[in-house]
Amino acid sequence: MVDATIAYPHSDPHHLRGMEASGIAHSGPASKRIATGYGFWIFILSDMVMFSAFFATYAVLLGQTAGGPSGRELFDLRNVAIETAFLLASSFTCGLASIAADTRSTIWFQLGMAVTCIFGLGFLTIEGREFASLVARGAGPTRSAFLSAFFTLVGCHGLHVSAGILWLLTMMAQVFAKGFRPDILRRILCFALFWHALDIIWIAVFTVVYLIGSAA
Amino acid sequence: MLGKLGWSVIPFDQPIPLLVGAVVLVVILGVIAWVIVAGHLPYLWREWITSVDHKRIGVMYTLLAMVMLLRGFSDAIMMRAQQAIAYHSNGYLPPEHFNQIFSAHGTIMIFFVGMPFVIGLMNLVVPLQLGVRDVAFPTLNSVGFWLTATGALLVNISLVVGEFARTGWLPYPPLSELTYSPGVGVDYYLWSLEISGVGTLVAGINLVTTVLKLRTKGMTYLRMPMFCWTTLASNLLIVAAFPILTATLAMLILDRYFGFHFFTNEAGGNVMMFMNLIWAWGHPEVYILVLPAFGIFSEVVSTFSCKPLFGYRSMVLATMAICLISFMVWLHHFFTMGAGPDVNAIFGIASMIIAVPTGVKIYNWLFTMYGGRIRFATPMMWSIGFMVTFIIGGLTGVLVAVPPADFLLHNSLFLVAHFHNVIIGGVLFGAFAGYNYWFPKAFGFRLHEGLGKAAFWFWLSGFYLAFMPLYALGFLGMTRRMQHYDVAQWRPWLIAAAFGAMLILIGIIFQVAQLIVSIRRRAELRDRTGDPWDGRSLEWATASPPPVFNFAISPNVTGEDAYWAIKAHAKQQDLEKREPDYVDIEMPRNSPTGFVCAFFATVMGFALIWHIWWMVAVGGVGAFATFVAFAWRDHDEYVIPAAEVARIDRAIIAERRALLGLAGSP
Repeated sequence: MVDATIAYPHSDPHHLRGMEASGIAHSGPASKRIATGYGFWIFILSDMVMFSAFFATYAVLLGQTAGGPSGRELFDLRNVAIETAFLLASSFTCGLASIAADTRSTIWFQLGMAVTCIFGLGFLTIEGREFASLVARGAGPTRSAFLSAFFTLVGCHGLHVSAGILWLLTMMAQVFAKGFRPDILRRILCFALFWHALDIIWIAVFTVVYLIGSAA
Repeated sequence: MLGKLGWSVIPFDQPIPLLVGAVVLVVILGVIAWVIVAGHLPYLWREWITSVDHKRIGVMYTLLAMVMLLRGFSDAIMMRAQQAIAYHSNGYLPPEHFNQIFSAHGTIMIFFVGMPFVIGLMNLVVPLQLGVRDVAFPTLNSVGFWLTATGALLVNISLVVGEFARTGWLPYPPLSELTYSPGVGVDYYLWSLEISGVGTLVAGINLVTTVLKLRTKGMTYLRMPMFCWTTLASNLLIVAAFPILTATLAMLILDRYFGFHFFTNEAGGNVMMFMNLIWAWGHPEVYILVLPAFGIFSEVVSTFSCKPLFGYRSMVLATMAICLISFMVWLHHFFTMGAGPDVNAIFGIASMIIAVPTGVKIYNWLFTMYGGRIRFATPMMWSIGFMVTFIIGGLTGVLVAVPPADFLLHNSLFLVAHFHNVIIGGVLFGAFAGYNYWFPKAFGFRLHEGLGKAAFWFWLSGFYLAFMPLYALGFLGMTRRMQHYDVAQWRPWLIAAAFGAMLILIGIIFQVAQLIVSIRRRAELRDRTGDPWDGRSLEWATASPPPVFNFAISPNVTGEDAYWAIKAHAKQQDLEKREPDYVDIEMPRNSPTGFVCAFFATVMGFALIWHIWWMVAVGGVGAFATFVAFAWRDHDEYVIPAAEVARIDRAIIAERRALLGLAGSP
């Protein structure tokens, strides 16, 4: 199937070739690849709406420390910077894996995904240690509304990364067992979108939670 | 081992829920036993439960809505009876039971009647109107339906195992926090809505993608039937609003299960944040429900007036304007909670502005009827009933959008009357119009007209008798959700309202009778043309019920009212002579993924409600394994050979020719 390419969609995503001069003609239903990618974009948008609710909550509750520690006392920006580096690196290797899938190179795909997975796990480990140390210092999510919002927002992102890793491993197993079938390529496309979207959300987390939070 | 679960959670001391639960259980077991004994199970499993056909899923959604309507209405009639007799007395419902009933009534009517009814009709009709073979993601569609059913099941389990929330249909904290609602009622609410919310989101994504990406050749945006436009708007709202609900309920869950402080009174929690978040979802939700109904009325009014829809483009504009503005008015649900005059004024004005596009729509429908040859079939009756009723509801809405007036009317029965006026008069009347209108498309025979009209008249008069007194009661100062009262003035109005509910009950009985009688007399009500109402859009171009692939040849659309144009063209040319070139059609294979996934979701939801942690893990692992198993299958499509397509299509054409007296012509 020609239209199963991931990184370089050659198949005219906006139907420009089908357009007549008048610009009102419509050439019929889009291909499966287009529809799947499009639908997944919409899912990502909805996910971002969900995150925006948590972000708004965090912004409202930022000052509600109930006499407990504030972000300035708790956040270790060096740690967060390393975390960010891990996640951004994983996004890069995820992109490499997508290109490998495009060229149908199984070895490079598996390698790219494996490295992505390791970076992702590294990210989760650092986050887990941060959470554990906060709880150990008596700054767990039940301490104050601010910490509830912090743990929920950052934890929700962490849960997404965990789900992403589960998905990643499933995709590796699928490619191993079935090869680059068109439906599997479509799933790889969606996975890549998901993984990059988590990056975007992390940028917002980094800015709103850690930078603004440690200034507050 | 079993968390909080034990024999004590079954309310042996409360005869009403126990008896009702027992009867429902016997009925369900009886139906299941009958299905198995009569050997229908393989058929049901193959053709319905595992079906990924949008038409079947649409029918199942609608069926779920109608069954849940019976449940929600039983709650309503119990409340009306309670308030009719609870003057200077406790009535027959103890307060804790009464509180559960009004909470369950609202929850069920919005989430498990309104939502599945409109989503069911959109599922059934939109791919047909767009001239395509299915929705964008057929298996996901099935998952969405079964997750909605899971939510409905959990709410109904709460009738006999444990209790339901006593907090109202939106669980306002701090009442809904663990401190003040220590039971499992709120947990039932939260988990059933989290699960069904995922189902709704999936349906929303699916339908948005379908409308935007899957349209037949020539079906440009401005040639889409109005119902497709309202479907688009409504599902865009689902995509944008339901995640907020998911997040908000998740926060309440964290408060209740892990002692977080989002909405608590202690440690800096903010109760007002819940109001803002829940209504940031809740107000768009109103339009998620009513926009599809507007679409249905547009189709019905145009068809039964034998005219194109008046002001099609202004209707599109009005729909999208409502879609946008619906996100900017949420604060009018809590004017009284101290946001201050500036904020209240802005939201009051925004709320009044939203009446403008709605007014445009009303005029468009009226002008569509003007000068048309109107046929007063049942769907048209519902539409006219809607126009009158909805205007009253809309005007009282503008009234409570005025902040000073709202300070007097907030939380009074005036408000209850207002939102029932728009939801019954708008959403439900629309759903009934659509149900009568598209039933022949789904099943191949019409619904009985006489009984349908009887149902309409009882519903309409019952509605007015039940809810107009509530407006008066609001002015007389009666607040909502009162288990008993001692104001003599209120009583006659409440008795009148109870009689109104009885009239609606008769209407519902007529609807049940209509369905039964129509099924029994299906031979004489048979629709052999596929176009019983002389319709204008593409769903009428195919047979009733449509073949699994909907259209043998994808239609090519050249203007608005696509099927009307095809019909006019065919009449000129004495029907198309040339037979099209049939090709193989690929259709998605059926899959039990949705059902199995929902089974595990049910297990998981129930376990979460009762704190049975090992069972939560079982449900979670099971759901994930189901998805992996689904992803692992090798053939997700099957091919219907061109010869088979040709055979089916020739039979359809032959039948139409025979009806038109053209038998024998080539």
